[in-house]
Amino acid sequence: MESTAPLPVVEADEDFQLQRNVTWRRFRRHKLALVSSGVLTLIVLVAVFAKFIAPADPNYIDQVHWQGYPLAPGAAGHLLGTDENGRDLLSRLIYGAQISLTVAFFAVVMELVIGTVLGALAGYYGGAVDYWIMRLTDVFLSIPLLPLLLVLTAIVSASSNKAALNFGVIVLIIGGLSWPPAARLVRASFLSLREKEFAEAARALGNRDGRIIFRHLLPNAVAPIIVQGTLDVAGVIILESTLSFLGFGIQPPTASWGNMLANAESNMSIAPWVAIFPGLCILVTVLAINYLGDGMRDALDPNMR
Amino acid sequence: MILFFILSKAPGGPLTPYLQNPHITAADIARLKHNLGLDRPVYVQYFSWLGNVLHGDLGYSTSNSEPVVQAILERLPATLLLMGTSIAFSLVVGVAFGIYAAIKPYSIQDYVITTFAFFGQSMPVFWLALMCQLAFAVVGITAFGYHFALPSSGISYGDTFDLGDRLQHLVLPALVLSFLSIAQWSRFTRSSMLEVIKTDYIRTATAKGLSRQVVVLRHALKNALIPVVTIIALSAPGLVAGAVVTETIFAWPGMGRLFINALGQFDFALLMGYLVLISFLVVIFNLVADVAYAWLDPRVKYD
Repeated sequence: MESTAPLPVVEADEDFQLQRNVTWRRFRRHKLALVSSGVLTLIVLVAVFAKFIAPADPNYIDQVHWQGYPLAPGAAGHLLGTDENGRDLLSRLIYGAQISLTVAFFAVVMELVIGTVLGALAGYYGGAVDYWIMRLTDVFLSIPLLPLLLVLTAIVSASSNKAALNFGVIVLIIGGLSWPPAARLVRASFLSLREKEFAEAARALGNRDGRIIFRHLLPNAVAPIIVQGTLDVAGVIILESTLSFLGFGIQPPTASWGNMLANAESNMSIAPWVAIFPGLCILVTVLAINYLGDGMRDALDPNMR
Repeated sequence: MILFFILSKAPGGPLTPYLQNPHITAADIARLKHNLGLDRPVYVQYFSWLGNVLHGDLGYSTSNSEPVVQAILERLPATLLLMGTSIAFSLVVGVAFGIYAAIKPYSIQDYVITTFAFFGQSMPVFWLALMCQLAFAVVGITAFGYHFALPSSGISYGDTFDLGDRLQHLVLPALVLSFLSIAQWSRFTRSSMLEVIKTDYIRTATAKGLSRQVVVLRHALKNALIPVVTIIALSAPGLVAGAVVTETIFAWPGMGRLFINALGQFDFALLMGYLVLISFLVVIFNLVADVAYAWLDPRVKYD
């Protein structure tokens, strides 16, 4: 023990600045992540300002030109054509972005809150609390998520009707079921954090458990949580679009990237563009988020891979 | 620690229905009050249902009164064929890609494979399925003066079994289902291989004058596969979910399609049966992974 060595004098603020610069520099090295954050910003902006950007109302049927089959891209002023009901594809894509991104955002926030709280409790207290929370996590992890989600959404629509599957319900169902990986992650970092000196010091000072968990330990566990959250946004976008594609997610006429593809299959030989564009949107968004998450992981903690 | 892992996995099977049942009976009562036994308290129903499950009785389909076990067993072979093909294919291709990328890190090959892996992980399965249908079934491939088109749906043209015909129908769904696993597994094989190649015993093997091929395939691969096995076990639920989507789009007469049909009819006995079965499949998958561990790593002992 070299307890006599003088402690390096670093102003707290300066230390923080330093750390942030290192992180930022590492992130900038990941070129694809940088490009991805640009792409994502653009997508988010488009989604937020959908009202001003979209060339038409997403549910407006172009009765002048539409004759029962999808209009080709470029025809009659529809840049990407129309779907099988004569609605402007580009406008629906833009409004679909709004839905898909907000569902993903709120579901992930919910998932992270549940996962963090449960993981923190399990990791901090250990013992029986840990045992039961982790058993619950295992049970959830052993059931394939998609079928479980489908059954729950089916129950909701069976107990009232399909229109009950609105935005909020989808968020609740996805967020309420996808927390186990986050809980595991947080538990793992809390298991090591609670043994650190500063945690002991916080305890010795007589802080309450709640304060130690949320004020002292949680800020140190935040980096992996953010990375996990970012990657989960990508996962939830795919989940939601799959649900919607199968008819148990966002219900038409509200446009979501998933349900836009639902009817595309039957028209694929005459109107492939209806099937191509929504999927392309999902692919680009999810790809960008995955690269962003990857870059953030490298930047925040190179050892985490 | 491994014993703990198995023990913790075990409750997944029997406890699974417990998570589900209260919801399901609540909705059932609303819909099917006149049906037998549904006016009993939820927990009584649950335990009688659970008792039946343990006897291998999953009840009767609420839409066509067919025994659930029979309905599922009829569809099981098709699903197992699809998933089996896909797992075998992704294992071979995924691991091969991973090794190939790891041998020459940061080369062009590595870059191509890593990029492919990112695309694979970001691709929505149902869209990939649609695009494959579009490319290979609707448009088709013209090469060597012939026009090829693969069937876009179903499991066979006729009623009689014909290997060529079956394979033709299997290609697209199996490819689509494999895509995600190839992406994930190649990524993990690559990073795990890169770790292993850096170790001392690999340098020793190379210093002994063994060829690159022997070193990589005989010495490094076995150790590199240990973490990959974990990832494969963890991707079992994803495969099941992927099978649901793939079967629906390609009209593959397997359990996943049965499940989607059951959803449309709110056939809860069937849904429950399906959930029990896939949870069971996932547990089996984990057991196989544990056995594979013991084979790959002699230090692992189960007692």
